[in-house]
Amino acid sequence: MHGRLIRRGRWLIVATAAATTVGTMAACSSSGSPGQSTSGKQTITVAVVNNPQMIDIEKLTPKGFAVSHPNIKVKYVTLDENTLRDQVTKDVAAGGGQFDVVMIGPYETPIWAKNKWIDDLTPYTTRDTAYNVNDLIKPIRESLSVGGKLYAAPFYGESSFLMYRKDLLAKAGLTMPAHPTWDQVAAIAKKLNNPAKGMAGICLRGKTGWGENLAPLDTVVNTFGGQWFDTNWNAHLNAPAFQKATSFYVNLIKAAGEPGAGNFSFNECANAMEQQKAAMWYDATVGASVIDDPKASPIAGKLGYAPAPVAMTPNSGWLWTWALSIEASSKHKAAAWNYISWATSKQYIDYAGQQLGWARVPPGSRYSTYSNANYKQAAKSFAAATLNEINSVNVKQPGVRPQPYPGVQYIGIPEFEDLGTKVSQEITAAIAGKETVAQALSKAQGYAAPVGQAYK
Amino acid sequence: MSAPTLTRPVRPEGTGGSASRRRRMRRNINSGLLSLLTWLVVLLFFFPVVWMALTGLKQESQAATTPPHFLFGPTLTQYQSAISKAGSYLAHSLTITLVSTVLVLALALPAAYALSIAPVRKWRDVLFFFISTKMLPIAGAIIPIYVIARDLHLLDTLIVLIIFYTSMNLPIAVWMLRSFLLEIPMGILEASHVDGASFRRQLRSVIMPLIAPGIAATALICFIFAWNEFFLAVNLTTQNAATVPVYLVSFQTGEGQFWAHLCAGATLACLPVLIAGWAAQDKLVRGLTMGAVK
Amino acid sequence: MAVVADRAGDAGVRWAQARGRRRNRLRRFPLLPALVFTIVVTQIPFLLTIYYSLQSYNLYHPDTRHFSGLQNYAVIFKDAIFRAALINTLLLTVIPVLLSMLIGLLLALLLDRKVFGRGLLRTLIVSPFLVMPAAAALVWKFTLLDTQFGLLNYVLSPFGVHHTDWINNYPKETIITVLTWQWTPFMVLILLAGLQSQPGDVLEAAKVDGAGAWQIFRSMTLPHLRQYMELGIVLGSIYVVQAFDAIFMITSGGPGQQTTNVPYYLYEAAFRGFDIGRASAMGVVVVAATIIIATFALRTISGLFSEQGMEGRM
Repeated sequence: MHGRLIRRGRWLIVATAAATTVGTMAACSSSGSPGQSTSGKQTITVAVVNNPQMIDIEKLTPKGFAVSHPNIKVKYVTLDENTLRDQVTKDVAAGGGQFDVVMIGPYETPIWAKNKWIDDLTPYTTRDTAYNVNDLIKPIRESLSVGGKLYAAPFYGESSFLMYRKDLLAKAGLTMPAHPTWDQVAAIAKKLNNPAKGMAGICLRGKTGWGENLAPLDTVVNTFGGQWFDTNWNAHLNAPAFQKATSFYVNLIKAAGEPGAGNFSFNECANAMEQQKAAMWYDATVGASVIDDPKASPIAGKLGYAPAPVAMTPNSGWLWTWALSIEASSKHKAAAWNYISWATSKQYIDYAGQQLGWARVPPGSRYSTYSNANYKQAAKSFAAATLNEINSVNVKQPGVRPQPYPGVQYIGIPEFEDLGTKVSQEITAAIAGKETVAQALSKAQGYAAPVGQAYK
Repeated sequence: MSAPTLTRPVRPEGTGGSASRRRRMRRNINSGLLSLLTWLVVLLFFFPVVWMALTGLKQESQAATTPPHFLFGPTLTQYQSAISKAGSYLAHSLTITLVSTVLVLALALPAAYALSIAPVRKWRDVLFFFISTKMLPIAGAIIPIYVIARDLHLLDTLIVLIIFYTSMNLPIAVWMLRSFLLEIPMGILEASHVDGASFRRQLRSVIMPLIAPGIAATALICFIFAWNEFFLAVNLTTQNAATVPVYLVSFQTGEGQFWAHLCAGATLACLPVLIAGWAAQDKLVRGLTMGAVK
Repeated sequence: MAVVADRAGDAGVRWAQARGRRRNRLRRFPLLPALVFTIVVTQIPFLLTIYYSLQSYNLYHPDTRHFSGLQNYAVIFKDAIFRAALINTLLLTVIPVLLSMLIGLLLALLLDRKVFGRGLLRTLIVSPFLVMPAAAALVWKFTLLDTQFGLLNYVLSPFGVHHTDWINNYPKETIITVLTWQWTPFMVLILLAGLQSQPGDVLEAAKVDGAGAWQIFRSMTLPHLRQYMELGIVLGSIYVVQAFDAIFMITSGGPGQQTTNVPYYLYEAAFRGFDIGRASAMGVVVVAATIIIATFALRTISGLFSEQGMEGRM
């Protein structure tokens, strides 16, 4: 009996060991270590957002980059914006080294640069004479620099403006002023609003997310004279100006916005415009390349563009760019720079224009794009408006009063991801009618005050 | 000597006649209605799955419309595009799921034996310990897990997911296999002892055949949970070991239409488990409870 | 055993005990691989979680990391959102589990009959449980529940329902619906097995004796099914309490914090705030609470830890 048990035990241990060994061998043979150099070949992992321009560059990489850089293999990891942010931030913060090139925005750049999670690109840009750093649009470049040093190279850039159906306004006998105020826009929206015919006067973002509904809302707050924190880091989310701006935004949606706005972000509004369920749309300038694309949009050619509506400031567009930077823990920095310098170069824009059509090139990153005759032709209705809007952004003080943090439509502090998400959840609740604006903002103030406290 | 018989109670109206025919008709109608109800409810539950597969056959312009397109010209472009990207993800998922399931069975079977047929003294505490390991929401420990994986250079490797999926499925596997082993009547075990059979022989010729359906059911459950696991996969892998759920997350986009493409990808993601489950669903019925209730 | 009886007195008892202990030690062998594996893989991260919970550790401010004792715990207990998350977890676990058990019972009874195409029906009904929760959540979110283009609004429009924003106006109901949809097949399978394991001859006899269908159900079927229902509830709860995919994909815990349950709140603390100390402390609290609840729940529910089936094996 005793002997049998011993033999049984041994048999089981052997079986377990065998299973584990087989498993390990299978695992090791299939995974391998990323980026191992055999005969000088390197693999770089590039994390990007799942936007159309990124999908395009993914398609163009084999012929456009791999051919001229045979020793560098590019592997893309595409995720939606929120997941990308979570995963990439986790990777840089915990030093996982999973990515070599990461796509980030002007929100992350200064914070990550300070934490030394991404590398200063100046040594690369000075050595790489073909790169032409001065061609980068100034506010965009500023937003990606810390102390004058560039930490991320812009892939594309955007501001925000008002897109409207010229034909619908004309039919109603309305004209859009050259520099409209929000009150004027609201009046037009209410006149064009026709729920019986399924047409909303204006489509505005309501979806939860600090980069979703807070982006347009913050531009409204800025131009109405409100701000999140003053220079002493006191929070002012339920101050009169902030309240006025938020009430205006929420009430406009309720009066003339699309039904179910709480779920609407860029995609949903673009869809609504194309399906003729909205007459106007205030959102990112890249929206124009989606809804004014004659190949894909049924309303192409019917759109007019006005600068972001204002109240107390001369302009109020936001500033965003998706830019590529090198993770500090990357082991393939030279290869990473090769990729970045290709992807953000004038040469790539030319290449993409030839291969995919000039309306699809990444906009808003370089001045040369806007002096390119082909691009000007393909994007003639919105190219000039886009460049003007981006150029007019005051990165340091977008609102009426000075602010102690960088950011136009966001607050450039690490706590903002959490704080912004919480506040934007309350805004969505207010839009959905689950609470009043006053209630939402008083809760928001409750979230923001301790954050400001920590910075005093 | 009369054998006890089950006699029909005599009904007053007799065994024939219009009243009994009416009753039979009512019973048939009721039965028919119930069957109809059954079909309706089941189809209602199944509908989202069908709709997902169908939407994958649409062009994007037809995918998000009011009114929805029920009739449309199907196109395979979405599925083709989804398949072209899915290859490595499917391979990773398959490897990880199969290896971790084999590992789970190899570990759970002896453990279940030691908690049922030849139980250790503290079997209750051990069983409770196994179940308690499922109490920690993984989100609470993800950073420590990430840090450990990073320090052991196991990030984005197949083996890290194999290890965690094994640990994730072990408790339920132990539970299920233990129940099946408890089903085996003591008489059979003792009989095989008396016959002088060695333990190995006892295992092979007596125990295994008896619980084979149970092992199959346990394997299927492990396969389902490992394949569908999302949180750890997204957090611990990027591309060398990225599994199908990670592939799915790339379908949601911030700018542009994507419903048809998403549904094609989602259908593809669900296909292996759907097929496995459909093929073995009768084992699942038996396996989930065969002796699990004692 | 005759040998033991031959030994006399204390020595005999000690010998028997030693023999018992040795047998127990030998019996541990098969258990060890699984046990050791589980201890290593689950307890090491858990210990690390406890370690982090005692620190003020934020990944964004790595230089300010320091030991802070029980401060994280104090913050948690004052955190109104954490309390709300606990209540949400309760709601989003109990309701889907009970609902799916109820609907599952109905379906199991219907499928136990001689329905035309019974095999096909059973195959179809299993599907929601097999589908990847993350994929299903996306399909529900976009194609079914979308305000403008979702199928539900279209189907209900003849009844006067127009453009209802299901996800934002009925967030809890949405999550409950998705979870119930997903877990009903699980209950159906368990209960079907229970129904089919009823002793057929006893049922026949009852029918012959004149018992009506409802009587049979109440006094015979239901008691027989009780153990199966308990099993379904326990197993279902263990998984549903950790529900994450649907909330992550559909509502992101909102609007507000209306669908933020504990797993999602932990995720937000770890990945939005990168406040590792606080997230770890919450994890520890959750584990402690769940173990306490589970201790009571599992020991009162018969079956799992009962002596039944274990007689004669000691």
